[in-house]
Amino acid sequence: MMFSAETLRKFNREVAKYPAGRERSAVMACLALAQEEQGWLSPEAIEAVANYLGIAPIAAYEVASFYNMYDLKPLGKYKLTLCTNLPCALSGANHAAAYLKEKLGIALGETTADGRFTLVEGECMGACGDAPVMLINNRHLCARMVPEEIDRVLEECA
Amino acid sequence: MAIMGTIAPILTAGWMGANGDDGWRLADYVARGGYAMLRQILENRRPPEEIIAEVKTSVLRGRGGAGFPTGLKWSFMPRALSGDKYVVCNTDEGEPGTFKDRDITRCNPHAIIEGMAIAAYAMGANRGYNYIHGEIWEIYKRFEEALDEARQAGFIGQNILGSGFSFELFAHHGYGAYVCGEETALLESIEGKKGQPRFKPPFPASFGLFGRPTTINNTETLASIPFILKMGGEAYLNAGKPNNGGSKVFSVSGHVNRPGNYEIPMGTPFTQLLELAGGVRGGRKLKAVIPGGSSSPVLPADRIMECTLDYDSISKAGSMFGSGALIVMDETTCMVKALERLSWFYHEESCGQCTPCREGTGWLYQVVHRIENGEGRPDDLETLAHVAGNIGGRTICALGDAAAMPVQSFIQHFRDEFLYHIEHKTCLVPKDVQWAGSDFHRFGN
Repeated sequence: MMFSAETLRKFNREVAKYPAGRERSAVMACLALAQEEQGWLSPEAIEAVANYLGIAPIAAYEVASFYNMYDLKPLGKYKLTLCTNLPCALSGANHAAAYLKEKLGIALGETTADGRFTLVEGECMGACGDAPVMLINNRHLCARMVPEEIDRVLEECA
Repeated sequence: MAIMGTIAPILTAGWMGANGDDGWRLADYVARGGYAMLRQILENRRPPEEIIAEVKTSVLRGRGGAGFPTGLKWSFMPRALSGDKYVVCNTDEGEPGTFKDRDITRCNPHAIIEGMAIAAYAMGANRGYNYIHGEIWEIYKRFEEALDEARQAGFIGQNILGSGFSFELFAHHGYGAYVCGEETALLESIEGKKGQPRFKPPFPASFGLFGRPTTINNTETLASIPFILKMGGEAYLNAGKPNNGGSKVFSVSGHVNRPGNYEIPMGTPFTQLLELAGGVRGGRKLKAVIPGGSSSPVLPADRIMECTLDYDSISKAGSMFGSGALIVMDETTCMVKALERLSWFYHEESCGQCTPCREGTGWLYQVVHRIENGEGRPDDLETLAHVAGNIGGRTICALGDAAAMPVQSFIQHFRDEFLYHIEHKTCLVPKDVQWAGSDFHRFGN
């Protein structure tokens, strides 16, 4: 098995949420945990999750490719997902995108040469009152992405 | 973000103004009277029919957007059927403009847990899941912590408070798929599959999660249950207006001075909510409002200014109350650009199952995109109307309708702006004015 004991312990905890025989239900959580440990989901990682749950690898791959937050390719150490949907756009998301592109020297969908940051455009995160919002590594949602705030959160990404 | 303002609050009373990091724990909730209703119901073995009748009296309507009467929905569950039955909470909140369930979960997770336990008791369910939007990971983790607290205190689990009633409750996170907010897609997702909506019938009450009877309710709906039972269905109804019971948490975003969540009685005039939200940003002129999340038809300023915030008034004005999420747009907004972004969203989020939606949403985006970029053709508005008309009502779920309605309503109300774009290859609102209008406005200033 390619995962750490800690990740496997978390897998077990997820499986226990569902009735016996319904291990497949834990595939979303286990894929997210696998990605958290390895940074992205390689075909081998997806297959290992499938084997752990006793489901066909294609069933796990189907899930990994359907949901946007799974990364099927390696990316920078920090994935910055900026919401540019309408409510965020009305509050400066396009300004934030322009600022980030210039600061990092990359376009949307690209990774910085030093491998630190990947910048992607995201869809609504359900936090429009804090617009514009940006999600770091699928975990930390940052509010009100004005230039000073962007500077601050990027500095914290050591 | 927290609750930014209220008028006669019910659901948010006691934690208004909380910054979200205090007051969410079990001890705080119990100090506010939390779990007293669950305890009382279980101790008195209150007949489930009586609870459902009380919810019916309250005229609580589903807060996720569809507005279906909650008590009626609960009555569809085959309570006497043996075997697993499920209550599922839908916190997969990803409709542009909607962000109330995030704050409810962050500030008052135990109200959701108590509401779900009462719902399970009333419907004879023994297991439950709360499906939480993947992007609000920190809130998902908090809800898991709240579940641990409730389990330890004996409010969920086996033989709750010694009553013999058992209810196991867990959290399941999404991972980036708007369509999972559709209830049958959400069930597929809990089963560990792609989030593709199911054909209905059969409805979830007869064939739901793992093929078992299931009721899916929105977060705000379930969190309201303990409060409704505490104050009584009649009193809750009277707090709103006939056919539109109670109060509602409205999410206000876009061009306002104080974006945020506001709990106000159903039937409150829109002008009053706009005032609570600090008015239009920079004192500019209101242009349009999308009143119920991005899927509801847009209303021009003069129409929305006449509305009260309830199902009947918004529907009479030609839109939908939806989830009570108002996206406010001022005079610096280019309506073509606004529609372009929304059309991209539906194209991106279409699950691909039904051809009219999978192909049609892409066509809608391409045509709006070319109009916005000065490449519009004279017959483009006709093309858009044709494509939109061929999606609406021809798909398994409502995502197709949700993609079509913005297109139809934006063109209906702002036709001149679209025509100007096509004819002059540029926008009626100068680009620098748009840019300045959407620049971030410092919160509270």
